[in-house]
Amino acid sequence: MSKPFLSIERLTQQFPDAAGGTTTVFENASFGIERGEFVCILGHSGCGKSTIMNILAGLGAPTSGAVTMDGAEVSGPSLERGVVFQNYSLLPWLSALKNVCFGVAARHPDWSKAQVEDHSRKYLAMVGLEGDTVLRKPSQLSGGMRQRVSIARAFANQPKLLLLDEPFGALDALTRGTIQEELLKIWGQTEQTVFMITHDIDEAILLADRILLMTNGPYARVAESVQITIPRPRSRTEIVEHPNYYAIRNHLVQFLGHRSKALSGQPSNGATQSPETVVIDLTKPADDPAPEARLRAVNI
Amino acid sequence: MPMLSINQRGALLSVLMLVVGLLFWEAAIPEQQLATEMTEYERLMGGGAPRAAIPPPSDIIAKAWEELSDPFYDAGPNDKGIGIQIGYSLYRVLSGYFLAAAVAIPLGFLIGMSPVAYRALNPYIQVLRPISPLAWMPLALFIIRDSEASAIFVIFICSIWPMLLNTAFGVAGVRQDWVNVARTHELGPFKTAFQVILPAAAPTIVTGMRISIGIAWLVIVAAEMLVGGTGIGYYVWNEWNNLDLTSVIFSILMIGVVGMMLDAAFGALQRAVAYAE
Ligand SMILES: Nc1ncnc2c1ncn2[C@@H]1O[C@H](COP(=O)(O)OP(=O)(O)OP(=O)(O)O)[C@@H](O)[C@H]1O
Ligand SMILES: [Mg+2]
Repeated sequence: MSKPFLSIERLTQQFPDAAGGTTTVFENASFGIERGEFVCILGHSGCGKSTIMNILAGLGAPTSGAVTMDGAEVSGPSLERGVVFQNYSLLPWLSALKNVCFGVAARHPDWSKAQVEDHSRKYLAMVGLEGDTVLRKPSQLSGGMRQRVSIARAFANQPKLLLLDEPFGALDALTRGTIQEELLKIWGQTEQTVFMITHDIDEAILLADRILLMTNGPYARVAESVQITIPRPRSRTEIVEHPNYYAIRNHLVQFLGHRSKALSGQPSNGATQSPETVVIDLTKPADDPAPEARLRAVNI
Repeated sequence: MPMLSINQRGALLSVLMLVVGLLFWEAAIPEQQLATEMTEYERLMGGGAPRAAIPPPSDIIAKAWEELSDPFYDAGPNDKGIGIQIGYSLYRVLSGYFLAAAVAIPLGFLIGMSPVAYRALNPYIQVLRPISPLAWMPLALFIIRDSEASAIFVIFICSIWPMLLNTAFGVAGVRQDWVNVARTHELGPFKTAFQVILPAAAPTIVTGMRISIGIAWLVIVAAEMLVGGTGIGYYVWNEWNNLDLTSVIFSILMIGVVGMMLDAAFGALQRAVAYAE
């Protein structure tokens, strides 16, 4: 089996705790993401999602383990991995437009100023920011607008891998819907691979090819990898009609409600922790009639 | 009658206080002069030495009019216009100050970025900082052997500390999130310094610069009283020796006005680099 596009191998992260010992956020976590795949990760607050993302971005160094992208080890940040941070991380002294230009100019040092600005405005328009609004400083924008600027900055650079840390958390349902569709459109047009953290189960089902489920920390595990067996293109209103929708949704809710806690706090004792692949597909009842058999566990 | 705004009311009260204060001052003077006249006997006995008296504000306004209508005349070493004297002082302050900025800001960057550099340099800073800048004067005069350069050195040494410490503090306090933005965009160390750290730390750095220019302007007066020759500090001292209190008071006011303008300039700079999070 060849290595996936993004390969996470036996990743361990420990932090010193207040008592002078160490807490293990996760241990020997291993999983992979294929090129062009859209993967969401779900888990309770504090389980270590942002920590994983920081390591994937190259910003944080794991205690042990390795991440490779495209066959090369991730040893530091790169323009090929665009990040939308959980707290937006806009530069407060620059206008929204200049914040996006900052990224575009870093990506394309050879472009003229006008080119950088045109490109930046195009991506700001994509997230619904146009006109004079883009000349405002982040402090003069609403939380949702800031988040959109941050999204535009990451997308405008067209990185191979997009890392999104709750990118729609501060958006109202309406804007959220539009931007989710924009995201799917941009993703559909490009070769981009997306790894996204979210707390919203419906959002994850709408967007993802696969959902990774994380147990609670410490010693959190990426316990399951749930395939979203709903064909694309998907739309908000239509997916709920699909026979698999509620089956998948129930499975996710059950995991987050019970099993994330039940499975937590177990040291790995050196074993590699890979997620079980879960395929829920009610459209083929003839193959697997028994409910138990619907869960097909395959190790990566 | 329309209600006046807070600003207008404040300004009105300010003017009122000035007028009342000046009237009281003016009114208090004749008695004093009377007292001077009464001591004619004393004056005869004292050999006709003129006795200094506090001048009334009208004299000072007349003096100010006279000086400010021709600020740049030059009639020999002891008789130069107020503009020339202030010009000398500003020249010394600004040269010492910008030399200090050229050292303090890069060094502050280094200290702010590197905990090792901070620990290595901190003891020296802590010992050197509380030294009164004028205490350096004898050593400076001996080593540099030039009063002009010594005055500039004293300005340099007094304005370096606030800028150094504020730069270090500002740079060390730049939010990790913003540095991460620079890192994910693969900015090199120079671009990171100029495009992220400098603007992020600029409000703190400029605050240090504003404190420094204030201190430099305080110190130059004392330094020029010591080294003599030219400058507003020398002018004050010289007029005191001439017992010309009108000129002394006038120049004290001028020191205040110039200091206020320097501070206002840095206040404007501070507003220009400020940002809201
Ligand atoms: N630098 C650090 N030092 C010590 N502990 C840390 C550090 N960074 C994260 N942690 C701990 O690691 C755990 C995981 O944190 P992380 O930010 O990854 O959570 P998360 O899953 O992203 O949560 P949320 O959904 O609330 O964003 C938390 O318990 C946190 O306290
Ligand atoms: Mg997080």
